[in-house]
Amino acid sequence: MQNVNDIRLLANKIRRDVVEMIGFKGQTGHLGGSCSSAEIVAALYGSRLRFKPDDPQWDGRDKLIYSKGHAAIAQYAAMAEVGCFPREELWKAKELGAMLQGHPDRLKTPGIEAGTGSLGQGLSIAVGMALAMNLDGHHDRKVYCIMGDGEMAEGQIWEAAMAAVNFKLDNLVGIIDRNALQATGFIEERFNTNPLEKKWNGFGWHVIEIDGHDVDAILAAFDEAAAVKGVPTVIIANTVKGKGISFAENQASFHNCALTKEQYDTALAELNEKIEAMS
Amino acid sequence: MERYSQRLAYGETIVALGAENPKVVVLEADLGKSTMSALFQKAYPDRYFEMGIAEANMISTAAGLAASGKIAFCSSFAVFASGRAFDQIRQAVAIGSLNVKICGSSCGLSDFGDGSTHQSVEDIAIMSAIPNMTVLTPADADETRLAVRAAAAIDGPVYIRIVRNDVPTYTKGGFVPGKLSELRPGSDAAIIAHGAMIEAAMNAAAILETKGISARVINAGTMKPFDTEGIIELSEQVKAIVTAEDHSRIGGLAAQTAFALRQSCTPMDYVAIEDKFGQSSHSLKDLMEHYGLTDTAIVNKTMALLRKS
Repeated sequence: MQNVNDIRLLANKIRRDVVEMIGFKGQTGHLGGSCSSAEIVAALYGSRLRFKPDDPQWDGRDKLIYSKGHAAIAQYAAMAEVGCFPREELWKAKELGAMLQGHPDRLKTPGIEAGTGSLGQGLSIAVGMALAMNLDGHHDRKVYCIMGDGEMAEGQIWEAAMAAVNFKLDNLVGIIDRNALQATGFIEERFNTNPLEKKWNGFGWHVIEIDGHDVDAILAAFDEAAAVKGVPTVIIANTVKGKGISFAENQASFHNCALTKEQYDTALAELNEKIEAMS
Repeated sequence: MERYSQRLAYGETIVALGAENPKVVVLEADLGKSTMSALFQKAYPDRYFEMGIAEANMISTAAGLAASGKIAFCSSFAVFASGRAFDQIRQAVAIGSLNVKICGSSCGLSDFGDGSTHQSVEDIAIMSAIPNMTVLTPADADETRLAVRAAAAIDGPVYIRIVRNDVPTYTKGGFVPGKLSELRPGSDAAIIAHGAMIEAAMNAAAILETKGISARVINAGTMKPFDTEGIIELSEQVKAIVTAEDHSRIGGLAAQTAFALRQSCTPMDYVAIEDKFGQSSHSLKDLMEHYGLTDTAIVNKTMALLRKS
């Protein structure tokens, strides 16, 4: 890929897949945080992430760590959309014995680089991968790590933030899906992790703030990150939790939810309308 | 009896492994001068990562290196390696079955002066409870070298537990992960020990000999996978079994041995730390005596069991 429109289309297909994975028969899924990160995930799998769908261990690949592992269904959807595994696997997610687990599992799912879900640990794993790329002289490869703004409360994030600067990891790009909600409500009301810009700046990172649903801005931020030398880059992507599904937008109750038949139909209708308009 | 440091043996062996295998990397959390991982820094500075005083980040970073094909050795005091970074070990390292090798140094009560915060009475229990984890408890410096080499060869996570003080060398090579080994022959009773308690076990056997009791000394150099078959075989050859460990009786050698003997008629007893934390002491000897971790305690338990049988 791809032009910007293709990435926007992929983002909405990811959202549609996420809704269909949750279904309306009582299964729950992390709808809100999956939808907020859809353009970021689409821009990575659709454009910037170098990988070979049929060779997940290709040693020239970039790596993506989805540290907010609860929203893995967005990553699974993207991986299926770009041909990493058959789409049929999506509908079996979280079933007993399924290849796609409730949180990412590197042993069960080809193309998943690390187990995440116990929050705050993904950036440290990404630091290890970036160090390994430097040791191996693979200076053209990158590690991307998607985190949540609720996750910023975890102390280990800041241990990793210090380590990445200490080791001058300019091959590491952090992306914060700042959807402003943690599981139980608005971050600024529950446990305020802001101001993130000052914190990351203070830790020595190159900080870029963007609208996380603006695909042009996401791609431009990746370009800017690629040009930065000597320090890691963090992209603070301001997003809307539940983006693209009218009744779920900015609602903490859709962090991890089941959908009624009516909600399911409404969500699919809204997303199909967008997808048809873009196709 | 010649004494040597398990910590030095660890440092020297990772340096040797570093020479043999460029995939070996070492991470440390500001205790490299104690754990002796600093030796690796001197030899291979490019493959040594000082992670600062941040054990959790160290373990997850090691997971990232291991997921990139490296064999990542991490070290800290046993209490921090197993406790401070438990979730990181569980989530990324063990679930992902990654080649992260964790050296828990200054284990048990061996950091006698620093007190309960620095003494690990539960690290074997914690690490053994994690699926995919191998737990090695070498008896002395020579066996530490073999255990570190075995850890590098094992595909998956390994916890290696070593003491702070110099210990006498009783083993004569041939370390096989998952197998008990015999350090002294005997036919009446068996004393099973690991690491810090090997010396007390050997002394106890010598004392028992003066009382006309033939005690075999068995080294449990691997706590997981535990040699259950070896224990059952042993139970058929002696009249009593006593375990000795510098660890809580919960989740360590006593517990594993009792589990292995659950269908056996051979009586067993244990010398271990009861459900208590350690404390500071001016000497390791005084501390071990306070918690009943002595050759005398092993002798008394063995004789009591034999009197009943």
